[in-house]
Amino acid sequence: MNFDFSDDQKMLKEQAQKFLAEKCPTKAVRKILEGDEPFDRALWKQIAEMGWLGTSIPEEFGGLGLGHLELCVIAEELGRALAPVPFSSSVYLATEALLLAGSKEQKEKYLPKLASGEIIGTFALAEGPQPPTVKSIKASLRGGRLSGVKTPIADGDVADFAVVVARSGEGAGERAIALAIVDLKGEGVTRKAVKTLDPSRSHAEITFKDAPAEALGAAGEGWDIARRVLDRAAILMAFEQVGGADACLAMAKDYALNRYAFGRQIASFQAIKHKLADMYVLNELARSNAFFGAWALSTDAPELPEAAAGARISASDAFHNASKENIQTHGGMGFTWELDCHLFYRRAKMLGLALGAPRVWKDRLITHLERKNVA
Amino acid sequence: MDFKDTPDEAKFRAEVRAWLEANAKPKSATGFSAENPRFQQSEQEALKKAKAWQAKKAEARYARITWPKEWGGLGGTPIQQVIYSQEESKFDVPTGFFEIGLGMCVPTVMHYADKATSERFVSPAIRGEEIWCQLFSEPSAGSDVAGLRTRAEKDGDEWVINGQKIWTSGAHYSDYGILLTRTDPKAPKHKGLTMFWISMKAPGVEARPIKQMSGGANFNEVFFTNLRVKDSQRLGAVGDGWKVALTTLMHERLAVGGGAGGSGPDVNELLMLARETELEDGPAIKNAAVREKIAEWYVRGQGLKYTTYRTLTALSKGSVPGPEASIAKIVVAPKLQDLNSFAMDLEDMGGIAVGEDAPAMGAFQQAFMWAPGLRIAGGTDEILRNIIAERVLGLPGDIRVDKDIPYNELPTGR
Repeated sequence: MNFDFSDDQKMLKEQAQKFLAEKCPTKAVRKILEGDEPFDRALWKQIAEMGWLGTSIPEEFGGLGLGHLELCVIAEELGRALAPVPFSSSVYLATEALLLAGSKEQKEKYLPKLASGEIIGTFALAEGPQPPTVKSIKASLRGGRLSGVKTPIADGDVADFAVVVARSGEGAGERAIALAIVDLKGEGVTRKAVKTLDPSRSHAEITFKDAPAEALGAAGEGWDIARRVLDRAAILMAFEQVGGADACLAMAKDYALNRYAFGRQIASFQAIKHKLADMYVLNELARSNAFFGAWALSTDAPELPEAAAGARISASDAFHNASKENIQTHGGMGFTWELDCHLFYRRAKMLGLALGAPRVWKDRLITHLERKNVA
Repeated sequence: MDFKDTPDEAKFRAEVRAWLEANAKPKSATGFSAENPRFQQSEQEALKKAKAWQAKKAEARYARITWPKEWGGLGGTPIQQVIYSQEESKFDVPTGFFEIGLGMCVPTVMHYADKATSERFVSPAIRGEEIWCQLFSEPSAGSDVAGLRTRAEKDGDEWVINGQKIWTSGAHYSDYGILLTRTDPKAPKHKGLTMFWISMKAPGVEARPIKQMSGGANFNEVFFTNLRVKDSQRLGAVGDGWKVALTTLMHERLAVGGGAGGSGPDVNELLMLARETELEDGPAIKNAAVREKIAEWYVRGQGLKYTTYRTLTALSKGSVPGPEASIAKIVVAPKLQDLNSFAMDLEDMGGIAVGEDAPAMGAFQQAFMWAPGLRIAGGTDEILRNIIAERVLGLPGDIRVDKDIPYNELPTGR
């Protein structure tokens, strides 16, 4: 049994944690949250210089050629630090989509620039306040031109290109859905920033009007590829969520040990101790589910869809719980703008909705279990 | 990252499996077990079979894999113990009578008694010839076990013991027990305790089964009436009983691999039920609310399974497992209760039926009635949360208003 990260991977995690503690304190997150900049450009540049953006990109396409386990440990630390950068859009989504479905030419064109940070990619699936489904997708792809409105799209305002999920003229049901790469700085694209719950991560509404689009993946396989991209991203994002949840527990613990009421540390009251114990239990379950996801992702195991759903459901639950109970532990101070509790509360909910709400993933999980039962 | 054995582990697993194949039958696909104590004509019959199996294991040195060879063990590693348990669980063999003795009581004897006493007891225990029970909990001392009342008074070279224990597993078929008593009521509660080993067959010891709310009787009350024990049966110094008890409980925590599973229908059984049950809008498995519930319990169960894998990984590398192992029962027990309650909801009006004629042979109902016990036994949900908060997260201990007060001056309730 070797269900753990290697010593090298743990060392990478420590380095990442140290780096982010120094370069990305919550003060830096707040600067993005409160200011006009869409993301922390200086931090992004340093992250790119360290090669993190190309962690899972093969060396022949300009990456480090490490693997997804390395990406998982970095993701956890980005989550702990609430890093205000377009990492998830560019790395978990755009890069993974290209690695999964890109032609050799597409990989050569995009991956080296994604790895170096020269360009930012994103994934455009959402079309407003409802779950995007095969039936609901309205964006349409005809004759190499894309039209429709995608919103809210993470980093849609700063990305150079998007992998867009759209309806093609051909095929029925799932087969009607196609993926296309669209240059967001090109003709037929207008974007405007969207205000969201978590302004430390920018989002945009993107309107396409006959925008030139290049097909990604085989015709008719768009929905399948999109699901696989989401599965992979869900596992990486689960590590971000676990990192965030862990940070909330540490913050709550620190406060409870230093806050005195009724003549004693509030950490000595069972009402607080049990709350923190419950946070710990949910966080450990999420970490273990994320570990299984990491294994499935790194080995491309047949269990990957269940592992992804399990990691996503568990990590979303843990981070949401930890972020809200962290506020509760802080009492009135936790509700102030001044304290950092709300930064985590915002991020937890945002990450829990990005890639689809847990409700949708629970349904997907049962579908997979049932499929396995029939098989 | 993988789930594979190391070459040494694979070799050991092959050895163990070969031995099991030569000495036992694999479990049947239906899960029915000819050897499971639950399916035996009588407990005596079950015990006889279990003792015979234990003797075989002892002969092969698999009865206590981590114990040194001179004490009848294999001198093996914790991961080897886990591998053995994993393989044994695939075979239809009778287990469950010896864990308390070998896991907790006998190690305490070995730690505190003289060599002659250990030599007298270790070998019969490991061969399953003598069974041990642990006599700690009392009617007025559950979570607060150090508040116990059973009194031991010195009389020459002997001690005279009077009082009552409760929730003692296997007291009625045990040969020996370790008994925590109060020897100094004037000392604060943790300081006036002393531990003894006793014969359960001695005059003055009476075990009575407790009928549980679930109908079964898995535990006992044990009464002591002028039980006389020799001072040489004392384990540890007079007044050091709490320290000795902590050693016992530490051995309990180190007994990895037992886990808190196997106590009733789980997600797979619920999935089967949901496939078979027609709700008002079609099969339950197609119902969104049902799917959401099942998914949540599935994810909890998987989270626990992979937490165990993390613990096993630490053992495999020869390091001490992290504190994550402490979450098991706090996850399993409430899940058992909620999941089985929900299964009965799916059966709707018919869900109240119990017994072998009820749907799924009444397994959900049985687990529903057993689950409250699991949330209490071996540390309540609340005590486990305290343990996580204090030992894992490092939060302050509870304020102990009884800490420095003589035991006999403490307020008592009914």
